[in-house]
Parts: sequence; C-alpha cells; structure tokens
Amino acid sequence: MKLVMAIIKPFKLDEVREALTALGVQGLTVTEARGFGRQKGHTEIYRGAEYAVNFVPKIKLEIAVSNDLVERVVDTILKTAATGRIGDGKIFVFDMMQAVRIRTGDRNEEAL
Amino acid sequence: MIRMILRHAAIAPLALLAACLSAPAWADGPTLDKGDTAWMLTSTALVLMMTIPGLALFYGGMVRKMNVLATIMQSFAVTCLVTVLWMIIGYSFAFTEGNGFIGGLSRFFLAGMGTTAVNSLAPTIPESVYMCFQMTFAIITPALIAGSFADRMKFSALVWFMSLWLVLVYAPIAHMVWGPGGWLGGSGVLDYAGGTVVHINAGVAGLVCALVLGKRHGYPKVPFPPHNLVLTVIGASLLWVGWFGFNAGSAVAADVRAGMAMAATQIATAAAALAWMFAEWLVKGKPSVLGIASGAVAGLVAVTPASGFVLPSGALIIGIAAGVLCFFASTSLKNALGYDDSLDAFGVHAIGGIIGALLTGVFATMAVTGATDPVGWIDGHAGQVITQIKGIAVTIIYDAIVSLVILWVIDKTLGLRVSEDIEREGLDLGLHGEVVP
Repeated sequence: MKLVMAIIKPFKLDEVREALTALGVQGLTVTEARGFGRQKGHTEIYRGAEYAVNFVPKIKLEIAVSNDLVERVVDTILKTAATGRIGDGKIFVFDMMQAVRIRTGDRNEEAL
Repeated sequence: MIRMILRHAAIAPLALLAACLSAPAWADGPTLDKGDTAWMLTSTALVLMMTIPGLALFYGGMVRKMNVLATIMQSFAVTCLVTVLWMIIGYSFAFTEGNGFIGGLSRFFLAGMGTTAVNSLAPTIPESVYMCFQMTFAIITPALIAGSFADRMKFSALVWFMSLWLVLVYAPIAHMVWGPGGWLGGSGVLDYAGGTVVHINAGVAGLVCALVLGKRHGYPKVPFPPHNLVLTVIGASLLWVGWFGFNAGSAVAADVRAGMAMAATQIATAAAALAWMFAEWLVKGKPSVLGIASGAVAGLVAVTPASGFVLPSGALIIGIAAGVLCFFASTSLKNALGYDDSLDAFGVHAIGGIIGALLTGVFATMAVTGATDPVGWIDGHAGQVITQIKGIAVTIIYDAIVSLVILWVIDKTLGLRVSEDIEREGLDLGLHGEVVP
C-alpha cells in the first residue's frame, strides 16, 4: 500500500478528482495549503505599502492506494494537474504501514 | 410666496393629519417648517449611519482579522459614549451662548429643551432635532481619530481619551466655528459642514495619537494587510451615502443650498475617487480597490467645508486636488516621515480637510450663498483665503496642544498601549475576549 501526496494548483482540483474517480480511486483527502517552491510569491500593495506574499495557495491531496494502482494514480495526476507553467506542484509517494476503516474495523487492502 | 403656498398646498392633507395628531406645542410653533424638519430628521439618521456601520466597516476591513472586533467596537462605543456626553454637556458647550471660545451651561443635561424650544442657529426646526443632528457630527469626529492608533490602544484609554477630547477639543472648536458668538465663525471663517471642526480636528488629533503611541511592533517591516476589503468598500459606500445628510443637511433646511451642497458632494467625491485611482495607477502600476475607496472618502472630506458655498465646477476641482494630494499624503509623505498612522486618519482627513478649507476660500461664491458681497477669491475676495488659513491654523494648534495634554495624562495614569503580547495575539481576544473565527 502506498500513500500518494500531491500538491497541485487549486483550480485543477475538480479535474484531478474526476480523473482519479474514473480510475477507481475510492476516496481522497483534500487540504487547502500554502507553500513555496520555484514559483515565487507575489506582491500586494495597500496604500503604497508593498507586502511580499511568499506562500502561494495550493491544494494538498492525500490518496491511499493499493500497490497495483500507484503508477496509474501518479500518471493521472501528472496528466490532469499539469499546465506546463511554473507552480504546477509536486507528487510524493510513501510506503504505507497500515490502513483501518473505523466503521467496520476492516484492515489494509479491504479498508482502502 | 407662491412657492410657499404651493409647497403647503401639496402637503396640506398631511399637515391636517399632523395637526390633528400632534401635541399643541407643535401647532403653536409658527416658525417651524415641516419640510425642513423632515429633511433634518432624515439627515440625522444618515449621519449616524456614517459612523455605525459606515466607519466601523471602513476601518474594520482595513485591519487584520484578529483586530476587527476591537476596531468596530471603537466606533460603536464612541457612538454610545458621545451620545450621553453630548446630552450632559457637549451640546451646551458647543451650541449655546457663552463667549467666543466656548458656550455656556444653559443646556446642561439639556435643561430647558422642551417641545417648543428652538436654537437660534436653526430657527425652522425643533431644537431636539438640531441637537440630535449635531450629536451625530460629534459622534463621528472622535470615531475618525481611532484610525490612527488602530491595533494598539487600550480600550480603557480610548474611553477616557474620547470623552475628554469631545468635551475639551470638539465642543470648543465647534463653538468657535459654528456656535452662537463663536470667534472663528464671527471673523469670517467658512466651514459649511465641518472641514475644520470635524476633519482637520480629527486628523490632527490622529497624528498626535500616532506619534505619542508610537509605531505598531514590527512596523514597517511586518506586513499589516487589510483582512477584508469588501467590508471597507461597503463602509466607504455607506459613508458616501450618509454624507448627503452631513453636507446637504448642514443647510439645516430643505432648500436650494442643500440641493447645491448635494450636487457638489457627489461631484467632488467621484472626481477624487478617480483622481486617486489614476494617480495610483500611474505611480504604482495598478488601480486598487482600497485606492478608489480611499479617494472617495478624501473627496467627501475635502468638499465638506465647501459644499453649500461652491458651484459644481469648484467641487470638481476640489475633488481632483483632494484625490491626488491625499494619495501622496497617505503613501509617500507617511513613509517619508515614518509615523504609523495605521488607517490614514491624518493623510485623508487632515490633509483632505486642509485642502477643502483652503479651496473653500477660493471657490466660495455669492452665486450659491446669495450674499450681496463677494465671498471667495473667485468673486474677487482673495482675503477669504487668508481667513481660511487662520481657521485652519487655530484648529491645528489648539487641537494638537490639548490632545497632547490629554494623552500625556492618560499615559501617566492608565497607560495608553496594550501589552506587546496582546498586540501580537490580537486586540479582539486580549481586550474583549472574543474572536472572529
């Protein structure tokens, strides 16, 4: 089992979700996040005072998947979240020790 | 005369009804004018709306979210505080016979203000209405000051400062300019709706507060961005609408000068909003929402002393001048001098008020006032500009000195500033025990 974490542009969220659902992904978690990478922040000006905003708004996705689905999930996110411009985000894949569905107590693959 | 008859004929059914329903005192007051009274009741409500919720939202949107409640609380608490103080002593000090500097005690606790009472300054409306109308001006003036020390004054210190300032600064200045026998008004200073009394007065007190309290921790390195400019724009819009009560209401009559004051107000405000927007666009590259809203307020401020004295062409020029100059005052001047006037009470209200007061001396005209002698420079009476400078100078000097003394006394007793912890964690939680999630 793997945990896929993806940082994407906020307006790409619906497109990514649709593509992942079509792939058979049963659920995912979305967090509104802020951060910086190679895409620098922006400058805001209020009554002449300039403020550098270093952290850009992003969406963080967390998707727990079985091993056989991982590559297709990563490819799908790669295709649908990309605009080709700086700031498209990143994908991280982790080994996952255990998964438990709280309602039933199902473990691991059954819980995904 | 024909106009009078027509006007009365038009409202005859209403008047008849009113006569049947109203107290005898009303029917006995032959000098009262129902049209004037109706307009002044309306104006009073409009001007109250300028402070709550207008100014409260205008300022509230400009601070960080952790200080929004404390900022709105300032406007609301000042509204309540000034109402009671005005009833007790403020109105009497400002608008009754006394000497050239301050009024008397004849309306202490509004003594003698019965249903038949009339103030000689407003002979066609009940004194109760005039007292309330002037009360709304007394409310907004100290509330404006709060913009200069946003994010850092103790609430207890604010309550004391606003109370003392109202009685020791606002009431005397209002008396000197507008009151019966007032020294400045008597010597020819023109201030239709409060360029000196309200705006220069509040703006200069604001600068003194900003200097005495000192900068916010981290200013100007730490950003203090507005948390919700939508609130600010709603506030600015309510100020704009309410200002018709402020300026056109200062005719204290529903007449031709009220109409001209309304026209001048609308034109100057729009011109100033555009002027600020274009100046910012040129200098900073983008026309900001906060900019156009600030420009509108600057225009409203500058046309305040002039409305009721100037033609629409004069109002247009006043608006353009206010928009451009207040933009530079609130951006370049503030940064160059380094004071932390958080929400630009000085840059908008004092600078706008000074521009307006000076240009009133230039553009005031007998064509609007109906005077037989020349009024402003445009009529050939250049000396009016000198008279205006005198009014501005007296207001600034008196206001700055007394405000300084009040602040010094509060600083030595209660203390003016919140602790550094409260400043960092937010005044909402620290002072009021509440937060906006």
